[in-house]
Amino acid sequence: MDDLLAEFLAETRETLDALSGEVIAWEAEPSDRGRLDAIFRFVHTVKGSCGFLDLPRFEQLSHAAENVLSDLRSGTRVADAGLVSAVLAIIDRIGELTEALEANEPLPDSDDTLLIAALSAEAAAPVTGAGPSALTTSHQPRAPTRSMGVPPELLDRVMSGVSDMVLARNELARRLREIGVEADVGGAFERLSSCVAEMRDSITRTRMQRIEKLFSALPRMVRDTAAELGKAVDLDIAGSDVELDREMIELIRDPLTHMVRNSIDHGIERPELRRARAKPLAGRLTVGARQSGNQIVIEIADDGNGIDEAKLVRKAIAAGVITAELAAALPPAARAALVFSPGLSTADQVTAISGRGVGMDVVKSNIERIGGSIELDNRPGLGLRATIRVPLTLTIIASLTVSAAGQSYAIPRAAIEEIVHASSAALRIDQLGDALVVTLRGRTLPLLHLEHVLATGRVPTVSGRTIVVVRAGAGLSYALCVQAVHDHEELVIKPASPAIMGVGLYGGMSLPDSGVPMLMLDAAGLAARAGIEAEESAAIAVAPAEEATAVETVSTLLFTDLSGARRGIRLGVVERLEDVAAEQIAFTAGRLRVAIDGRLLPLVGTVDRVEPGSLVKLLRLSDGVAEVAYPIGEVIDIVPLAPAVNVAGEAGPIAGVALVDGVQVELLDSFWLFSEAQTSAAPADARPLCAIADAEDRWSREILRPLLEAAGYRVAFGADPKQPADVIVADRDETVGAAAPVVRLRRELGTGPDGSVYRYDRAGLLAAIDARLKTRSA
Amino acid sequence: MEKLYLIATIAAQRVAIRASVVESVVDLGPVAPVPLAPAHVAGLAALRSKVLTVICCERALGLPAREPTGRRAVVINLDGHHYGLGVTSIEDARVIDEPAKPVRTRLEAGWSRVAIGMLELDGEALLLIDPERIVLGFEEPIAA
Repeated sequence: MDDLLAEFLAETRETLDALSGEVIAWEAEPSDRGRLDAIFRFVHTVKGSCGFLDLPRFEQLSHAAENVLSDLRSGTRVADAGLVSAVLAIIDRIGELTEALEANEPLPDSDDTLLIAALSAEAAAPVTGAGPSALTTSHQPRAPTRSMGVPPELLDRVMSGVSDMVLARNELARRLREIGVEADVGGAFERLSSCVAEMRDSITRTRMQRIEKLFSALPRMVRDTAAELGKAVDLDIAGSDVELDREMIELIRDPLTHMVRNSIDHGIERPELRRARAKPLAGRLTVGARQSGNQIVIEIADDGNGIDEAKLVRKAIAAGVITAELAAALPPAARAALVFSPGLSTADQVTAISGRGVGMDVVKSNIERIGGSIELDNRPGLGLRATIRVPLTLTIIASLTVSAAGQSYAIPRAAIEEIVHASSAALRIDQLGDALVVTLRGRTLPLLHLEHVLATGRVPTVSGRTIVVVRAGAGLSYALCVQAVHDHEELVIKPASPAIMGVGLYGGMSLPDSGVPMLMLDAAGLAARAGIEAEESAAIAVAPAEEATAVETVSTLLFTDLSGARRGIRLGVVERLEDVAAEQIAFTAGRLRVAIDGRLLPLVGTVDRVEPGSLVKLLRLSDGVAEVAYPIGEVIDIVPLAPAVNVAGEAGPIAGVALVDGVQVELLDSFWLFSEAQTSAAPADARPLCAIADAEDRWSREILRPLLEAAGYRVAFGADPKQPADVIVADRDETVGAAAPVVRLRRELGTGPDGSVYRYDRAGLLAAIDARLKTRSA
Repeated sequence: MEKLYLIATIAAQRVAIRASVVESVVDLGPVAPVPLAPAHVAGLAALRSKVLTVICCERALGLPAREPTGRRAVVINLDGHHYGLGVTSIEDARVIDEPAKPVRTRLEAGWSRVAIGMLELDGEALLLIDPERIVLGFEEPIAA
């Protein structure tokens, strides 16, 4: 708490110093929007910070000033000299209170209500005459606190001086080893050496700071804010050990605080509402930091309400931020971003926490001022994720040094899951086409040789090498095979020049003690270069219980065709293998059929080479309903094959070609086989019932009926109440009860005006029945 | 300072670089290559505690590359990044009073992109080049 207070005070004092010029300028020119905004940001920040620090006087003052300034910004009030001086009086009072708190003195016993009252519209007039200084209380400087502002350039110079010193020490150490010195000289050098190392550490720490410094204040703030609003929030913090420039830390403090408070105030719903929405009663708030490429990424995600985009757009139109036409053309992603427009909020009520529709524009401008960016991923009703990116000016990253093709590279330690030697018994490496996968404790990962990704050499074998399991992002892990792993080191990483960062593989560069610059690899960049995609919910990983399979494979039955060609078919569709006499196969009614078990099965494939009297091996294939027979020569084997095959050029019995033990194997297309043999394949009771109205008509009985049955229908005559027909076929003039759709037939050619079908138009008749069936089922 | 130029040779061509943009002249130590970087980026080299992006001037002009380690390099600072432009040799820093004249003749594609004028020194014409344009590199013709 003391830390928080001290930080708040230091920050307030600094801003006040910086603001003093603005205040004076604003006094001279009350309509100056830029100055108004700056002052507004200040009081808004004070209000935001002091709420949870339990500083009621600060809060009252800043809240009152903020209200007035907000009116000025929205144009409901016009600034006049009286109002300006009233606001300035408040700012001065905040300054006084700050100084008193910093000096650990009792707060001056002045009455704030007068100052606040002076802000109201009625009070504004009388004060005007009193002049700007009337309300400003006496202002005596107090003893300054012990803290120094050092220009960053100076620190940079000190840092590079120390780095030079380290390099000189290394050089000297090398020379001393070469010439061989006496023990006391060596001892003196050792002392110097350790001093240099210590100095480098401390000087680096003057510039660098863990983001923990920001994050450590969050739990308390979240708890207090949530309690105040009657909400329950679970906070999850990740990546506290990311280090960044001290300067940057200070600059992202406000934006981060605002976003977190916004999430609790506007995002996370009240417990009653959460219960109604079947969400856990306590809202979930995740704040995380990580280094990615040459940026530090800070994510603030909640599982609350998200932004009501429609409402936001309406407000934006009402506030004149955007025209209705433009709003209509806005892509969904840009709608949520409207929240960054000045003077806009989705909150209906102004609360003490936020909800004045400020903050977000302030957040954005603060982040952009330091060369960063903020993006929103809004899922209405489900939550909001804000991603803040700030440039990585300089950072210390715990890294692993690896080598490939004789050159060293650094990999951020945070991206590394584990390191295994390639000869370890715990892993298995499989070749899939020209790609490699490694299976490690039931987990299958793509395996990359670093040299191949960087195009610095060919690696013929993994033996003797080391595998580093790298996690480049959620669901994006891979195994990186390197020549050797050297060291864990804390490296000072700087951004490399644009030409190098533009390659997309590097996160920065470092100058280790060896004096040879080293590149830091960007784990996600390597994955992208190698074409590795994030796995979709275990698409590639197999259940650990299962016999470790490299990737999802398809058990395939390999056989020789009657022609001697090697072919394969998915084992899943093979019902059984059967020997039949050649005589059981015949070409009947337009296709090959085989008589088995008193049934006729369609037979696909050719039996040209079958000699009478011999036995033919048949595969009986089933799609679950229909059965098809396929004649083969011999079964070879059952092998696992990758599902992706080289697809055949045209539709036919062959789906594609796979390579099995160096031999090309044609894979049968089960879909084609079954569609080809589809006539009368369905079992009897699944077929639609077609009723022929006139049971006495010879044509109907002897000609129409076989046609319908061949086309896969069951046929009944007349109306049978126990068996309702799916479709009725009747003569054009016949009267039928309309229990089902009716197809009317006529005896003469030509177009029938009444929708009837010529009875010898086979295609037309079947199409008409089919169409009636479809309307019925629809 | 305005009239002070660094006189260097790149691929047998004498060139002048405004001394005001030059930070220093160094002999490059070991150069660590940057795999998959643009062709004219020869790698990284250390200059005391600074890291230089080493640019091969020949490649930047579309000419055959040269081994970077041990070369003389002109150090410049562009947007906070230090670059070492590897040149064939460096003669001297000279004051040339005459202002630069426009290049009157047709130069090869690479040279015409980096040349910003012509200077005369000791009765010999020099190309005035802009090191920033060398850093940007040579774009390979589409057909190549």
